[in-house]
Amino acid sequence: MVNRIVVGAHYGLKDWIVQRGTAIVMAVYTVVFLAVIGAVAPDSFDAWRGIFASGFMKFATFVFLVSLIYHVWIGMRDIWMDYVRPDGLRLLVLMATAAVLVGYAGWAVQILWRT
Amino acid sequence: MADIAIKKKRPKNLNLLSIRLPLPGILSIIHRIAGAALFLLLPALLWILQNSLASAETFAAIKGVVANPLVKLILFGLIWMYMHHFCAGIRYLLLDVHKGVDLASARLSSWIVFAVSIALTLIVGAKVLW
Repeated sequence: MVNRIVVGAHYGLKDWIVQRGTAIVMAVYTVVFLAVIGAVAPDSFDAWRGIFASGFMKFATFVFLVSLIYHVWIGMRDIWMDYVRPDGLRLLVLMATAAVLVGYAGWAVQILWRT
Repeated sequence: MADIAIKKKRPKNLNLLSIRLPLPGILSIIHRIAGAALFLLLPALLWILQNSLASAETFAAIKGVVANPLVKLILFGLIWMYMHHFCAGIRYLLLDVHKGVDLASARLSSWIVFAVSIALTLIVGAKVLW
């Protein structure tokens, strides 16, 4: 067994914890969201829009989407690093993934706060 | 020393057709595939959210798109992937705190994940898509 202290350098501990923290945030939001959908049963545009009209729901949905994007980043980075071996191609797909995720975050803000 | 360790040939069996994954392994690879698929479908979901909230007209248009049987099927699959990723993720969180790490419990909890995620998919899918 290699004896080393897993703090200080980048051993992946931070990402490991973030992946679980964001998962818990998303799980809680999922349960709350399904409960709201079950209670309101939004069949009309006004009812559906009404769910996202409150400041709390905007805030919660935004926190959910930011957690989702961070979670996706760690997950997709692990997948690319497992299967994409050439360095140049790997760098390219990692950068492309990061770029679209940042774009999605901006898009999510625009969707939520224009409502 | 390190060089010797690296050069040592080890037997490899990476023929995907001859590998028989145990149930927790099947759960694990579906967890990964579902996660990647959800990432790829994320722009479509944001597009649906945007149009469903923009105006009454775009909301009606989205309702029309979702009424398409093929779209319904895709969304149904998407709900299943989300539910599987969700349930399997909770199982992993429990494994992280050393709950159910022995073989029998790991197999049982895998069956539970499959059963619960399919049940949730049917309930949520029926509620949202019909």
